[in-house]
Amino acid sequence: MIITDVLCPFCGDLCDDIIVEVENNKIIEVKEACETGVSKMMGHERIAAPMIRENGKLRETTYEEAINKAAKILVNSLRPLIYGWGSTTCEADEKGIELAEKLGAIIDNTTSVCHAPSVLALQNVGLPSCTLGQIKNRADLIIYWGSNQAEAHPRHMSKYTSFSKGLFTKEGRKGKHVLVFDVRKTTTAEVADDFIQLDPGEDYRVLSALRMILAGGEDIVPSCVGGVPKEKLIEIVDRMKSSRFGVLFFGMGLTQSRGKPYNVANAISLVRELNAHTKFAVIPMRGHFNVTGFNQVCAWATGFAFAVDFARGQPWYNPGETSSVDVLNRGECDSALIIASDPAAHFPRKCVEHLKKIPLIQIDPCPGPTTELADVVIPVAITGIEVEGTAYRMDGVPLRLRKIIEPSHLSDEEILSRILDKVRELRGD
Amino acid sequence: MRKIDVKLISGRSIEQGIQIENKMSSEYCDVAAVCELNEKDISKLGIKDQANVTIKSKFGDVVVRARTDNRNPPGIAFIPIGPWANAVIGPVTGGCGTPQFKGVDVEVMLTFDSVLSIKELLGVI
Repeated sequence: MIITDVLCPFCGDLCDDIIVEVENNKIIEVKEACETGVSKMMGHERIAAPMIRENGKLRETTYEEAINKAAKILVNSLRPLIYGWGSTTCEADEKGIELAEKLGAIIDNTTSVCHAPSVLALQNVGLPSCTLGQIKNRADLIIYWGSNQAEAHPRHMSKYTSFSKGLFTKEGRKGKHVLVFDVRKTTTAEVADDFIQLDPGEDYRVLSALRMILAGGEDIVPSCVGGVPKEKLIEIVDRMKSSRFGVLFFGMGLTQSRGKPYNVANAISLVRELNAHTKFAVIPMRGHFNVTGFNQVCAWATGFAFAVDFARGQPWYNPGETSSVDVLNRGECDSALIIASDPAAHFPRKCVEHLKKIPLIQIDPCPGPTTELADVVIPVAITGIEVEGTAYRMDGVPLRLRKIIEPSHLSDEEILSRILDKVRELRGD
Repeated sequence: MRKIDVKLISGRSIEQGIQIENKMSSEYCDVAAVCELNEKDISKLGIKDQANVTIKSKFGDVVVRARTDNRNPPGIAFIPIGPWANAVIGPVTGGCGTPQFKGVDVEVMLTFDSVLSIKELLGVI
């Protein structure tokens, strides 16, 4: 059976034109997706059954026993951390927030280690943005800053930017100018019209110089800023002002290097100021396929997009205090539930050291480093392949993930509901 | 033993992305336990391409395989995101939640130690 218009559950582009061939409830071919999407949809080793660690070793058990054990760990904790949510549905996110509120836990998502600085920046200076569809149809100046989307979002350029053709961009690549700012000549930079190589940690300074030139203060800009000659910066500002519709995409090069939220606020401010001259938009390159969705659900449910602490009985948000890396670095949480992410692989060493010390629950389809540390492992169906639900694309557009094959495991949402029921039972609610 | 001081950038690579749900495999180790350096830095170290190197920061050290990649300018080392890169990343977030995964001061030096598998690496953390 051929299924068309499938959404790819890998990156924040949420490509919606994938063609999947299914035979005997097994995906046998994936077309149109990038290599990372094909790899995910064709599948890898799965966690076969729920497991509980005893005497240092994981042994298989039933869903019921694993869920009971998980609920007991959480109920007996003073300061549980619930973290992950990059690769699940908004419906599961909603259930997770309910669980966190019930437990008085901290709930946080993978935004914490990627675009948390972007959330802080947009809370300060806003986000003049647009949809990827508008960019496809209108943008003639494409800027990627600290973002190697040729490797992180491999179809981004062909679907929406450099190589796409739209209503008012019928010439495709010929009618567009592509600028890449980075400290390395990435794969993305190799296919740009202009690659601006920055000295490491100098993004803030270069953005400030561009804003100063835009404001008419080029006389006081030094001859070279962050490794970029002043003449080049003036040329870039001229190009920005003379574009018909410009867009600035930014990635971890801004959010994870020196300056972090200040870099992003400076980039957004530049875009805001460019709107006095032409139409310009800014979009953060979001990583996992529904990391944006958690921010949406958490914001409408609690008032905050990530790093929410329910210990006071009401939502409390203070990144640096309530964000996962900080909580783990201080050795503050006494248990953790990890869902749809892998912090043992993606958190700094000192955080992993604390994860090793505390009771750890993992909910995930595939084994990974976090499984190696977990005391309770609960396997789930793969969202977007075996489970349908809502996900938000990087530009904030909600899309419906589809179920392509029948699941062999329960969904994230079902597992969370059952843990929540058990928590209520243990507490006598 | 010759060593060089460089800025470490950790980030996505397509090979690492392809293996991201297959992390317990040797294929993942092959693509994530790698440090890309400019040929001038490889030459300064006096090592051959694919030699094992120790990456050391004030937060820890780790052994990875060095690979020549001139897309990095001299003075910049690139390791794909993952447990090997994170073994030398610090946990301080400066009040924003996100650690500095890019632009970390590290030393790189030749080593005759082996690259640890994920299970071995988690054992020593």
